[in-house]
Amino acid sequence: MSELQELETEILASLDAADDEAALEAVRVAALGKKGSISQRMRTLGSMSAEERQHMGPALNGLKTAITEAIAERRQVLRRQAIAEQLAAQSVDVTLPVRPSPSLTGRIHPITQVIDEITAIFSDMGFAVAEGPDIETDYYNFTALNFPEGHPAREMHDTFFLEPDEAGGRKLLRTHTSPVQIRTMEAQRPPIRIVIPGKTYRCDSDATHTPMFHQLEGLVVDTTSTVAHMRWVLEEFCRAFFEVDAVKMRFRPSHFPFTEPSLELDIQCDRRGSEVRFGEGEDWMEILGCGMVHPNVLRAGGLDPDEYQGFAWGMGIDRIAMLKYGMPDLRAFFDADARWLDHYGFRPLDIPTLFAGLSS
Amino acid sequence: MKFTLSWLKDHLETDASLERIVETLTMIGLEVEALDDRAAYRPFTIARVISAERHPNADKLKVLSVDAGDGKPVQVVCGAPNARAGLVGAFAAPGTYIPGIDLDLAVGNIRGVESHGMMCSERELDISDEHDGIIDLPEDAPVGTPFAAYAGLDDPVIEIGITPNRPDALGVSGIARDLEAAGLGKVKTRMKPAPEAKFPCPVDVKLHFPDGESLCPAFALRMVRGVKNGPSPRWMQQRLIAIGLRPISALVDITNYVTYDLGRPLHVFDADKVAGDLVVRRAEKGESVPALDGKTYKLTPEMCVIADDNGVESLAGIMGGEESGCTDETVNVLVESALWEPLNVARTGRDLGVQSDARYRFERGVDPAMMEPGCDHAAALIVELCGGEVSQMVVAGKTPQPDLVVDFPLAEVERLTGLAVDFDQSKTILSRLGFQVNGTSETVQVAVPSWRPDVAGKADLVEEIMRVHGVDRIEPKPLPRMGAVAGRMLTTAQTRRRNAKRALAARGMAEAVTWTFIPGDDAAIFGGGPRLANPISADMGVMRPSLLPGLIAAAQRNADRGVGDVALFEVDHTFQGEEPADQKEVAGGIRRGTARLTGAGRSWQGVAAPVDVFDAKADALAVLEACGLDTAKVQIAPGGPDWYHPGRSGTLQLGPKLVLGTFGEIHPLTLDALDVSGPICGFEVRLDALPEPRRKATRTKTPLEVSDLQSVRRDFAFIVDSEVDAASLIRAAAGAEKKLIAQVSLFDVFEDESLGAAKKSLAIEVTLQPIDHTLTDEEIDAVGAKIVQNVEKATGGMLRG
Repeated sequence: MSELQELETEILASLDAADDEAALEAVRVAALGKKGSISQRMRTLGSMSAEERQHMGPALNGLKTAITEAIAERRQVLRRQAIAEQLAAQSVDVTLPVRPSPSLTGRIHPITQVIDEITAIFSDMGFAVAEGPDIETDYYNFTALNFPEGHPAREMHDTFFLEPDEAGGRKLLRTHTSPVQIRTMEAQRPPIRIVIPGKTYRCDSDATHTPMFHQLEGLVVDTTSTVAHMRWVLEEFCRAFFEVDAVKMRFRPSHFPFTEPSLELDIQCDRRGSEVRFGEGEDWMEILGCGMVHPNVLRAGGLDPDEYQGFAWGMGIDRIAMLKYGMPDLRAFFDADARWLDHYGFRPLDIPTLFAGLSS
Repeated sequence: MKFTLSWLKDHLETDASLERIVETLTMIGLEVEALDDRAAYRPFTIARVISAERHPNADKLKVLSVDAGDGKPVQVVCGAPNARAGLVGAFAAPGTYIPGIDLDLAVGNIRGVESHGMMCSERELDISDEHDGIIDLPEDAPVGTPFAAYAGLDDPVIEIGITPNRPDALGVSGIARDLEAAGLGKVKTRMKPAPEAKFPCPVDVKLHFPDGESLCPAFALRMVRGVKNGPSPRWMQQRLIAIGLRPISALVDITNYVTYDLGRPLHVFDADKVAGDLVVRRAEKGESVPALDGKTYKLTPEMCVIADDNGVESLAGIMGGEESGCTDETVNVLVESALWEPLNVARTGRDLGVQSDARYRFERGVDPAMMEPGCDHAAALIVELCGGEVSQMVVAGKTPQPDLVVDFPLAEVERLTGLAVDFDQSKTILSRLGFQVNGTSETVQVAVPSWRPDVAGKADLVEEIMRVHGVDRIEPKPLPRMGAVAGRMLTTAQTRRRNAKRALAARGMAEAVTWTFIPGDDAAIFGGGPRLANPISADMGVMRPSLLPGLIAAAQRNADRGVGDVALFEVDHTFQGEEPADQKEVAGGIRRGTARLTGAGRSWQGVAAPVDVFDAKADALAVLEACGLDTAKVQIAPGGPDWYHPGRSGTLQLGPKLVLGTFGEIHPLTLDALDVSGPICGFEVRLDALPEPRRKATRTKTPLEVSDLQSVRRDFAFIVDSEVDAASLIRAAAGAEKKLIAQVSLFDVFEDESLGAAKKSLAIEVTLQPIDHTLTDEEIDAVGAKIVQNVEKATGGMLRG
């Protein structure tokens, strides 16, 4: 073994032995520093014969390069070790729980969610959303909607009245969303396609009725719409809303003062279990009332019933929410029980759209 | 409206099955709400007790040997006092469901003796309340045959819901007419003609309405004298029981029966208790009448009565009086068949809170043409069942003759329904329903029958044809699209409402829907709202002037259930008055306990502090932001309505006048008044007060401008009086050099006695953004000096050394 090889072996051995930056630096200085073993040898090159230099020059340079690289390599190793130790010391228990995101703990009430679902469906069919006041006049709530004065149909509405004013006139809480039909016809010429979600009130309170509830009204007025179109709209709505491929539906003649002819829509379902299943079963469940707008209602809206025609419907939003999502008790809708809201409510980012599906 | 199948078949010749009848009724608008096919009674058999021995181990029990018709005597243990050898009764074998006691019968062992069935009482069969003994049938009752058939309990009961427009279907005869029109058979209703009148009616009727409108268009009366009242015949009793009525006596049962049979309400007076003539008039002030339901009703002059020399005898069209009512001793009877003003009957019934089969029919409209035939029919039935002879009929007033004729273009059916029904079919349907159709051209003249007060015009006739022809024959037809891609459908207000809700929910709040009406006391704290005249309860008496009381009450309910850290919001209406303009759209929310944005309660990362005014402020600003408002333009004025903590509340404003909302910690006295505990903070934002966004000419955004020059940050701390609000300090700093100052943020508030009494230190970081060249130190110092000068001038404070 030549002397240079011995030197190399020796330096490499001390490199291996250097286990921190300082030791490494000492090795470097000892080899490559001004008085380092390699540097000193480099300095002797000048006094060598040309022949000797020719041999030793490359050999020394090679040694210097090799040692420089070895030091760099050793430095990397030491650095990795140091970081690994540091990280090992920094490690934490990642199973510790974090605070949940508010955007996931917040809740949208099922009524809002269902109104958004309904809006998504009907806006696709060209229906705008119309609204009106909760406190109404007798005219808009009854008279304009063809409820004869004193007729039993008025009594069936169990109306809440406000205390009479000085003149003896008394306002009422709308018993249905239908007054908005008149208000819309007064404000807008046909063609009219609107849905009217809103709060309605009747003084009725038991297991299935609350004095305040939500209705969805629909109104189409133009010069061509018929019961056939109404069937299509409502059947398409039910299919889309309940998110089933096929629902069997049954239209049945009925009576409402503000429509003529009047119909009710039953939907076939299976009610045997704890939940209602649509698209199967032998039971019929009434889901909404509808009909062709009564000529007197068109007249009240300023339209000639021989020129204009259309249809309207009304259904309970709370009720279809219960049917779709399985809440057993209507009263709980209005109790603001955080546990109920957390369970039956929807996440803020669950925004119903037709393209992504109404519910996920 | 209830009736039985056999009853219907008295009026309709049909071989249609029960199932088809039921389905047809529903599909022509007489919705079947309940069908009792009486299958529950099928297992009961008529059986004879062969022997009845005393139970060896019980004094009150007997051991019966029962012959149920199959020749094998069955041992039955029975406790009925009337159980005896030879008794014929109703037997239930093991396995039978006993409806009256809701039990599946099994083979029993009663005190050591096996019992293989049961002899039943009427109550056990759920046919009456009778439970003093077991059913005791005549000896000739056929042993081994079904008890139900013998007792008339096998007649299916159909209940239909009658919409208010169909008074004609409040009698079985009218239902039969509808079914005939639907092709289900042939009507065979037969009205009984009155027996030959033997004497003039000794009681006269006067309609006494001197001051105007008559409440009684017409009144028919006959006397039947020499009757013998008693139980009505078995078939009549069975039908009345089947539809839920209690048989009383033949005379009374006949009036009830005809009411349901023909839809013609009647009343019978005991003629011997009537003094003088009958006068139909308005009640006088202070009068009252003890009615047949055992209650005494106080009357007003708005109500119509039938009176005699003794006073009021009957509440017209609603209920007879007790004093002149028929009893088993009645010998001479007056039969009333009258017409009443529907609105008056409805109002009187409502005001007195009395419901009756007569009222139900009169307020919907009784066929005027049936008044006299109904009187005849009833008189004939009385003679048939109770004997006696009939007087001539007295008629006061004049029977109205409805004579409405509608010009009806037959094309109207297709125009409104999309259903093409040919001329002959349309005509047949209308004729079978009793309409007279004249004409052969495209427009026919249709005369409306007297029993259809609901039919007034073309659309009503369309409904008649549609419902009878078949609604299910109308094929759905797509509603044409208005355009290929629907345009924007929501108004700004609707979009803002949606966004406000989602934004608040995304801040960890749960959306509540609380009652619009709240307790009056709660409403008063928040300014008061419109008052209901007939609230469902006192604590739902006033329309809410604010969303906060309802939300605060809800928070307390949650706290009472153990959920004290709760964040709720609601976006809905509040009411300052009764006019539509007084109805405001508000987004409101509350946080209780430690329910802050970052999470409530304890966590290893830190314990949440109690909610405070700044939580509410952040929520309120989030709503404004979600509604598209530039919150930098919103001013915060200290203080708010007095339900908030005066020093920890604020008002959000655009300019000096436009109030957008308020926020704050709820005043402790408000919490006391609402009987809730805190801490609670809340806010309300008036969504309808937000200005409409400016319409943009283009959707293109302005080009992004970013400077290549480094921005410079400088910190300043000022000592100011503690009343000085941060907003004015920030505003003063930002206004020092508007072009250069890109942002001012307040990063420290420090209050300490070392600063001096009632002083605080506010520290801000100012970001300078150079425009065209890197700022020199001199330039930066100049801006700094300007900031200090501006702030000191605006706040009276000084730079902290």
